[in-house]
Amino acid sequence: MITLEHVYILTGLMGAAFTVLSALDQSNPKRWGNAAFWGVLSLSFLFGSELSDFWNGVIVIVLVVIGGFGLMHRSAAVTSTPQTRRAHAERFGNWLFLPAIIVPVVALIGTLAFKGSAFIDSKNTTLVFLAIGVLFALAVCYAWLRPPLLAPLEDGRRLVDTIGWATVLPQMLASLGAVFALAGVGDAVGHIATHTLPLGSPVAAVIAYCLGMALFTFVMGNAFAAFPVMTAGIGLPLIVHTFHGDPVIMGAIGMLAGYSGTLMTPMAANFNIVPAALLELPDRNGVIKVQVPTALMLLAANTVLMAVLVYRF
Amino acid sequence: MHMWSLLGIAVVVLGFALRVNPLLTIAVAAGVTGTAAGISPVHIVEAFGKAFAQTRLIGVVFLVLPVIGILERYGLQERAKTLIAKLRGVSAGRLLLAYLLIRQAAAAFGVPLGGQAQVVRPLLAPMVEGAAETQIGRVSEKQRYWLRAHAAAAETIGLFFGEDIFIAIGSILLIKAFLQTEGIVVEPFALSVWAIPTAVLAAVIHGARLLLIDRQLRREAASPPPEKSRDDFSTSPQGGGGRS
Repeated sequence: MITLEHVYILTGLMGAAFTVLSALDQSNPKRWGNAAFWGVLSLSFLFGSELSDFWNGVIVIVLVVIGGFGLMHRSAAVTSTPQTRRAHAERFGNWLFLPAIIVPVVALIGTLAFKGSAFIDSKNTTLVFLAIGVLFALAVCYAWLRPPLLAPLEDGRRLVDTIGWATVLPQMLASLGAVFALAGVGDAVGHIATHTLPLGSPVAAVIAYCLGMALFTFVMGNAFAAFPVMTAGIGLPLIVHTFHGDPVIMGAIGMLAGYSGTLMTPMAANFNIVPAALLELPDRNGVIKVQVPTALMLLAANTVLMAVLVYRF
Repeated sequence: MHMWSLLGIAVVVLGFALRVNPLLTIAVAAGVTGTAAGISPVHIVEAFGKAFAQTRLIGVVFLVLPVIGILERYGLQERAKTLIAKLRGVSAGRLLLAYLLIRQAAAAFGVPLGGQAQVVRPLLAPMVEGAAETQIGRVSEKQRYWLRAHAAAAETIGLFFGEDIFIAIGSILLIKAFLQTEGIVVEPFALSVWAIPTAVLAAVIHGARLLLIDRQLRREAASPPPEKSRDDFSTSPQGGGGRS
């Protein structure tokens, strides 16, 4: 059976290749920093499942030291010139889209066709087929474009270097959430919210719940972390039990109110910070800035929706 | 209850506000919160390491970078711009709107289509830039970054406010599971139905903002802001906006 573990090993091998290429890149003044970062990260992908929790933690500490103290430097691009790119674009035409589309299409077909199959880990079908799609697309690229042998890895490294240490930011934030949960941060926030906010009327409870979802999501970077806290703290005791609101409507719209928080926070790194790096925006918060107006309008809309609907059904 | 564990939140807020490196901020926040809650340093490291290993699936998406990279070497972004320039009546705002609606609809049916690395960087962002160039000719550096940010935003907003209509998505299952622990049994379908009003509002609100992009581009083309002088990237030797 193909499982997530195989996908991790493939990712780890790619990281190992980035490590070697980084170490050999004499044009980069901090090549050893880059090599160390990708090397340690690839260890996490290759051996993370076998290592003890403590050694996985040590891996994180090393990554934080390398990435956090500026020991990395973005490598100079080893790729084609704009002139040759334009010439290639002319020559290969719209067929260039085909390999790019292979990856999502294989992921989609695989997910639908192998649902519940014994060959693929059923919980992670899409990720497994994402990896298979990547290998398939690369095979097509080699056969058709005939690039130099290492070109995909060199270009992959060029792109991953534009993201740099932010590649691990989403994982770091998710892990911080785990430590917060262990330390009881959620309970403490719920306790404060219920003891300090004026929640005397049905509408006030809805407003507090929706704003609380958005705010706590903003802080944690994840509506999933906010939902149990705010729902146990305000939603269920007040909206459902005291004012007899509908728990289904409250839950569904409450989660969506939290998403407004996700759209506005640098803590949601994989949605907001990594794309900004990937698109080479000079402002790390560039994506957040264009999302804020929509996020605020939707938060207001969700609050009104819940206030109107939750006590009616 | 450990009220001091909230110190970690303060560290995060402060760290991001002062623009300290986020990796350092997160590590310190974990240490502070764990210590305040009476967890030993070794246990904090273990808890963090365990969670890091368990969340590696977030990093798997970077596997697509070699494919995107090699295609960019052979002119994928340039081709995307040319294709859009040939289509009549396509504008940056309308293109983003079309993507938003397709992304939302796909997510609502649980179709894993899209992605920042898979679609936005190699295809959507260059297409939007290409459309803007067709519309107004010169696209300044500032406009280019703004359009790219909008491409990323359309992807995320489409995903967020579409996926909750699909019953087998994590958030719906989380709501169901949590309500169940409180003795309230609900069907995933009942939850997903109540995600529809917000999905419609998201399409209307964000869609309207996307259409305003075209107006703003036209307005800025009519009276270009004086601040930038080296803004014409479409003819500079660096090509795709410094995306070397």
